[in-house]
Amino acid sequence: MAYRVVIVGGGAAGMQTALELKSRGIEPVIVERDIELGGKVRGWHKLFPTFVPASDVLFPLAQRVKAARVRCFYGQEVTDIASDGVTLRSGERIPADAVVMATGFTLFDAHRKQEYGYGLYDNVITSVDLERMMNGGGVTLADGTKPQRIAILHCVGSRDEKVGQRHCSKVCCITGVKQAIELREMFPDADIFNFYMDIRMFGPGYEELYREAQEKYNIHFVRGRISEAAETIDKRIQIKAEDTLTGRPLRMTIDMLVLLVGMSANYENEGIAQRAGLELAPNGYFKTVDNFLGAVSSNRRGIFYAGAVTGAKSLADTLAEASLTASAVDDYLKEVFNK
Amino acid sequence: MRRASWQEYQKEIADNKYYYARSCIRQNFFPGSERAFLDILTNDLGVDIFDDPLHTSCTGIGYHSDVVPLETIMTVVARQFSLMAEAGYENFISSCITSFGIYNEVLATWEEFPETEERTRRYLREATGRELVKPRSIAHTSDIMFHHRHSIARRAKRRLVNLYTGESLRVVEHIGCHYAKIFPKSGIGGSEFPYVLAGMIEAWGGDVVDYPERRHCCGFGFRNYLVQANRGSSIANSHKKLESMAPYKPDFIVANCPGCAMFLDKWQYAISEMDGTTYGANGRGIPVLTYEEMAGLVLGYDPWELGMQFHQVDVEPLLDKLGVEYNPDAKYLGRDGKLIGRPRAVAVNGCGVELGLRR
Amino acid sequence: MAILNFGYAISRPRAIDVDNNDLRKSNDIIAEMPELQACIGCGSCTASCTAAAITDFNFRKLHTAVRRGEYKGVYDELSKCMLCGKCRLVCPRGINTRGLVMLIKRKLGDF
Repeated sequence: MAYRVVIVGGGAAGMQTALELKSRGIEPVIVERDIELGGKVRGWHKLFPTFVPASDVLFPLAQRVKAARVRCFYGQEVTDIASDGVTLRSGERIPADAVVMATGFTLFDAHRKQEYGYGLYDNVITSVDLERMMNGGGVTLADGTKPQRIAILHCVGSRDEKVGQRHCSKVCCITGVKQAIELREMFPDADIFNFYMDIRMFGPGYEELYREAQEKYNIHFVRGRISEAAETIDKRIQIKAEDTLTGRPLRMTIDMLVLLVGMSANYENEGIAQRAGLELAPNGYFKTVDNFLGAVSSNRRGIFYAGAVTGAKSLADTLAEASLTASAVDDYLKEVFNK
Repeated sequence: MRRASWQEYQKEIADNKYYYARSCIRQNFFPGSERAFLDILTNDLGVDIFDDPLHTSCTGIGYHSDVVPLETIMTVVARQFSLMAEAGYENFISSCITSFGIYNEVLATWEEFPETEERTRRYLREATGRELVKPRSIAHTSDIMFHHRHSIARRAKRRLVNLYTGESLRVVEHIGCHYAKIFPKSGIGGSEFPYVLAGMIEAWGGDVVDYPERRHCCGFGFRNYLVQANRGSSIANSHKKLESMAPYKPDFIVANCPGCAMFLDKWQYAISEMDGTTYGANGRGIPVLTYEEMAGLVLGYDPWELGMQFHQVDVEPLLDKLGVEYNPDAKYLGRDGKLIGRPRAVAVNGCGVELGLRR
Repeated sequence: MAILNFGYAISRPRAIDVDNNDLRKSNDIIAEMPELQACIGCGSCTASCTAAAITDFNFRKLHTAVRRGEYKGVYDELSKCMLCGKCRLVCPRGINTRGLVMLIKRKLGDF
């Protein structure tokens, strides 16, 4: 009989882990909190740095999971985990020979940065809202008109100890560059400004895209963080920042402010970790044994991690890591049960 | 207004039995507001408040202007607290934002650095023979007014509504930096969307104006005002705020902080003299009220009893909109009923002054 | 109305006022040399600058200010450049900085 591995979370990490396990002759079971697979990538428009539609990745992945007849529980939340199975909120227990945590991350709640007026001012939106708009009816201001001047603010809920988020969310810089280019294509005559603290272009093709955004798409990059946004009488947004490269404060009025929201650890991590004896990193993500040879292993044997549950990751990194997780699970099962 | 976030910033405010600490600026420039506060709490709300003649300035202005050392101000603060304990009170309320900031900051410093508290205890003992007793609660007097805003609304003689149009008055609220920018959790609504004044305005029927420079400092800045050469930077900040709020045509400004109330008012005069700009209707100024004056008008107090003749910008246009009855001839009468003199008529100040009286 | 002298004046705001700046010249400059937008503010140009070694000339700040529509004093300031060309050698983004000096001077001739 095949070994059974419960994967908590049916996003990109969970699906890829399931497929890899299945191809190794192991029986994966996905427990998904939502009513369908896909996680955070669901509803996303296009992926950096190549502008591939997110559905071009998500749809084949979900198809393969379906074709592989992976057992999935939907609408079920896992409240406790152990190396020999998980417990659902209903109290039901799913026994397993190993468990993979692939619960990803929580989007930073932009309301918490009150100074930007998200939820208060109509034309202050998040990067996620923008993706949804691009995926749906298109991008307009709240009154249906076209924006003439747009600002994209990096690091909202990242590298900010005022909201308890000291880490870099890694993917927002390149997302900001990608979205700026998309906005330029939609609004050829608009002024587009990216306000950043540092530009971190860590992946292949990212730096090249950044340069293209500057040179080919004429996106203005201003090194300085917006300190506050306020609505003007004609429903535009007044912003203040320092243009640190000239050493002077800068103020301007814009039509739309896009907040690049960061990736936070799930609130549930703390309780789950405490009850399972798992270690958390200071930023609330699950902590791996090390960054090198144990990058997908927890401090509890039989419990593994895949994807952004251990820290902010791109979709590409998540998919690559999920395969590694499956391999580590396979090694573990062989070692423990096939002695 | 969609600013619901204030509810995340709540603090415990005592219902009764307050020890009142006054403000230096207010006692000198618009003493009617402190009188009104005591009257409203005592006579209208029936609350126990103690106005202690023994307490002194907190020395905050001196502290912020580098003439009073930290050890001194800590000892002065300790003395105020011990006076409160001796009077049998434990809820300390301050009539000044600068003081409120100082009291909170001193308490926090004692908490963080216990050796500073020990040192202060020693100084207090040596200098006055008193023992430091820390308050159970600290609040600004506007917090108290906010706390009782619904009781005031129930007793209201009028609402903040324009009699001619039937519409709610548009009110700019200005909080003052040291209310919540030092400790956002010590202010109702936090620092970005403070609700302390907005809550009163809404409870009494007005509309709160959210304008782009709402959060900006009035520019008082202590040494920026006290030194004449620096006043250009002080007035520039009020100027920036007034420019930003003017398009909303506010009916009046209500200020939380003694310095802000003074400067948003008096700088309107200076700006009109310097470059001829005025920000209110008909080439006049925008009246600047304290929250006590706002509450007093709502409760039906006489504007001259509230001391509103002390304002640089005339309040009569606002009184007319509110339907407040007042005697124009009584505006500049002293307590003894004799004329105390009239200010020279200028753009922001000169309502009802006949031409013949201009000098 | 007589203007009273209070012994001080309202300090002018020093913030870069993008709304009211005339961005046409800056847009012209960027259109002619789009690579200028690729500046990452590394400061290599200023670090290697002959003029910056002996005066407060700061080419990085100057052309950044120009991109924001701040032209005042730039033309005169650029006269400090000796056109030695070292900045162009060190620029990691390959911006023709030496040519940029001439371009800005040409466009801002009337400022």
